Amino acid sequence: MDNIAGSKSSLTWAVHIATALLVALWLFPTVGLFVSSFRTADQIASSGWWNALFPTEQTLTLRTAAPETQVQEGNLYVIEGNLFTETDTPPAEIGSWGTSSRDVSAYGPGDTAELGDGEKLTVQADGGYRLESATEMTGSRGQRTFVTAEIPPEFTLDNYRQVLFSGDSTDSMAKAFFNTLTVTIPATIIPIVVAAFAAYALAWMDFPGRALLIAFVVGLLVVPLQLALIPLLKLHLGIGIGKGYLGVWLAHTGFGLPLAIYLLRNYMVGLPRDIIENARVDGATEFQIFTKIILPLSFPALASFAIFQFLWTWNDLLVAKVFLIDATGQTTVMTNQIVELLGTRGGNWEILATAAFVSIAVPLAVFFAMQRYLVRGLLAGSVK
Amino acid sequence: MHPAIQGLLTIVIGVGACLSYFYFSNQFLDKVLFPAKGPQAGRNINRANMVRPWLFLFPALFALSLYLAYPVVETIRLSLTERVTQPDGSTVYRFVGFANYVQMSADPKFWEAMWNNMFWLIVVPALSTAFGLLAAQLSDRIKWGNVAKSLIFMPMAISFVGAAVIWKLVYDARPPGAEQIGVMNAVYVWLTGNDPQQWLTVPFWNNFLLMVVLVWIQTGFAMVILSAALRGIPEETIEAAIVDGANPFQIFFKIKVPQIAGTIVVVWTTITLVVLKVFDIVFAMTNGQWGTQVLANYMFNQLFVARDWGVGSASAMVIMLLVTPILVWNVRNARKEMR
Repeated sequence: MDNIAGSKSSLTWAVHIATALLVALWLFPTVGLFVSSFRTADQIASSGWWNALFPTEQTLTLRTAAPETQVQEGNLYVIEGNLFTETDTPPAEIGSWGTSSRDVSAYGPGDTAELGDGEKLTVQADGGYRLESATEMTGSRGQRTFVTAEIPPEFTLDNYRQVLFSGDSTDSMAKAFFNTLTVTIPATIIPIVVAAFAAYALAWMDFPGRALLIAFVVGLLVVPLQLALIPLLKLHLGIGIGKGYLGVWLAHTGFGLPLAIYLLRNYMVGLPRDIIENARVDGATEFQIFTKIILPLSFPALASFAIFQFLWTWNDLLVAKVFLIDATGQTTVMTNQIVELLGTRGGNWEILATAAFVSIAVPLAVFFAMQRYLVRGLLAGSVK
Repeated sequence: MHPAIQGLLTIVIGVGACLSYFYFSNQFLDKVLFPAKGPQAGRNINRANMVRPWLFLFPALFALSLYLAYPVVETIRLSLTERVTQPDGSTVYRFVGFANYVQMSADPKFWEAMWNNMFWLIVVPALSTAFGLLAAQLSDRIKWGNVAKSLIFMPMAISFVGAAVIWKLVYDARPPGAEQIGVMNAVYVWLTGNDPQQWLTVPFWNNFLLMVVLVWIQTGFAMVILSAALRGIPEETIEAAIVDGANPFQIFFKIKVPQIAGTIVVVWTTITLVVLKVFDIVFAMTNGQWGTQVLANYMFNQLFVARDWGVGSASAMVIMLLVTPILVWNVRNARKEMR
């Protein structure tokens, strides 16, 4: 609409580039973690993740076969073979090689190195080598060779195997995954059910004190949940709920309700009055009107809130730490597990990155599948 | 029992209990208490309809009162008391007046948290709104704008803890001479040739590195709301400006921004609320060390590390005081709307 009067804005290209830059900037950190979760610990430690997508030049330490495999050809003792196959290293194209750690790229492929004692080593680009000696070679191990090669990008699923299926109690996310689900699903459904009934009452039923109650709900929207931690923990411990799933469901229900009631009431108030009045005239009970008419019509608002609450409970750390996780650690959730990994495995990025991605994957899937409802809910919740 | 089955079972029980309350309480009201038949059918229906709103509201009101309203009152009370363990093992709460607040204000860590929170309150809403506005304005003008929007919006779905891990990798440092695997140090070493820095331990500036994480998350939110507001601007105002020869920058700052000022305020206050409660990011990345303490984490420390409920409650009250203006403003707006 800025291109009115037929003049194409000269800023169009700048807009494309600026947007691309912004998107790249926003995506970059996440991509970094994602790529890292598919790399081995050695790869992560030896090069930045942005190098993982390109072939890297790496120096490998390989060995020829041991002297006992030597064969006699005329008056020469010879060992032949391939450096990569003998050390079970994935093959690569050798750029340079050497036999001393002080000069690892002394020779090019096809060159012959004098090793002293009349030994000569020739290494080809594909790793094939020929070690010749005028006298019989001794020792138990082969000649050490440093090889600098272009290693193609390589990714592994081992990290996910370790994190999901190893059963290792410090690394395992499997248990935490189920615990998180156990927290999240009721903590999403219960407030929706409770809030839907309340929102219907606040939107379509007449009773004294309705306006006051709505103001009460709006006020509670912003009460920081930090305030609730100590009193409620005291209460839970006092009445015997203690720390556990029941406590965390109730807490999430309480903290999610103001937004749920507010969103759902705003939506339900906008539903056409005729439908509800007609149903009343036709003799439907309020309970029937609610379950048969209001609930199906309110689906978009219900979905919006469901996504909010799901993301919030799935991603929550504080409420779980206070109301759920006890000293035994049996009920740990993924966010807490990751924080503990940050402590115990601070430098092990392969485990950290993978664990973080396991916990991020589900909300991301929900986000991309249900983005429409999320946006609608955000708009209903904050723009008036 | 397999954790999956155990989880499923608890889910069924929890949700089932909730659903059956509504169903059976309504059945009870209509069939047993005030049946809509017999000689008093009419009166019974009226009575049932008077009771029903409260039946619908009861669980919600109960949960709201118990989980949000009661804690406000209880926190005020706890912040004025001290927890004392009696010789026989029982605990009593002794009234100590403002002693907790006095003790807290003598704690340098508290003032550090206050100062840092002030920086957070200025920087995060300002940058998130600015970037959000920029992203909204840019992406609305191009074909692939929706894709761009959903990618910038994506961090909203990532937990604060996940974001902390993501950014910790960005800030990661390896010993001097080694290949850097954190982007920030890689660029820093490449540009300056200096030794890599442990960024999160550099006082004062590390606060901004933590704020970046929240800005990264909240920009998407700001963008979505502001983009909707920008699209709601009447086109005539923009056409008129173009006819009058305004350039794109003038159109943006002089025509568009003033018309969405109300929405900008809403976005700003919403992010302010998030900032006041920010806990996970600081907890996971620095845990308040190296001068990065914030109020919510200070409170958590008082509660679970120092186990001082009095000072913990006092610091929670400080957070409450800071959100009160927004609370009052929201309630007044809501009441105005209902009239």
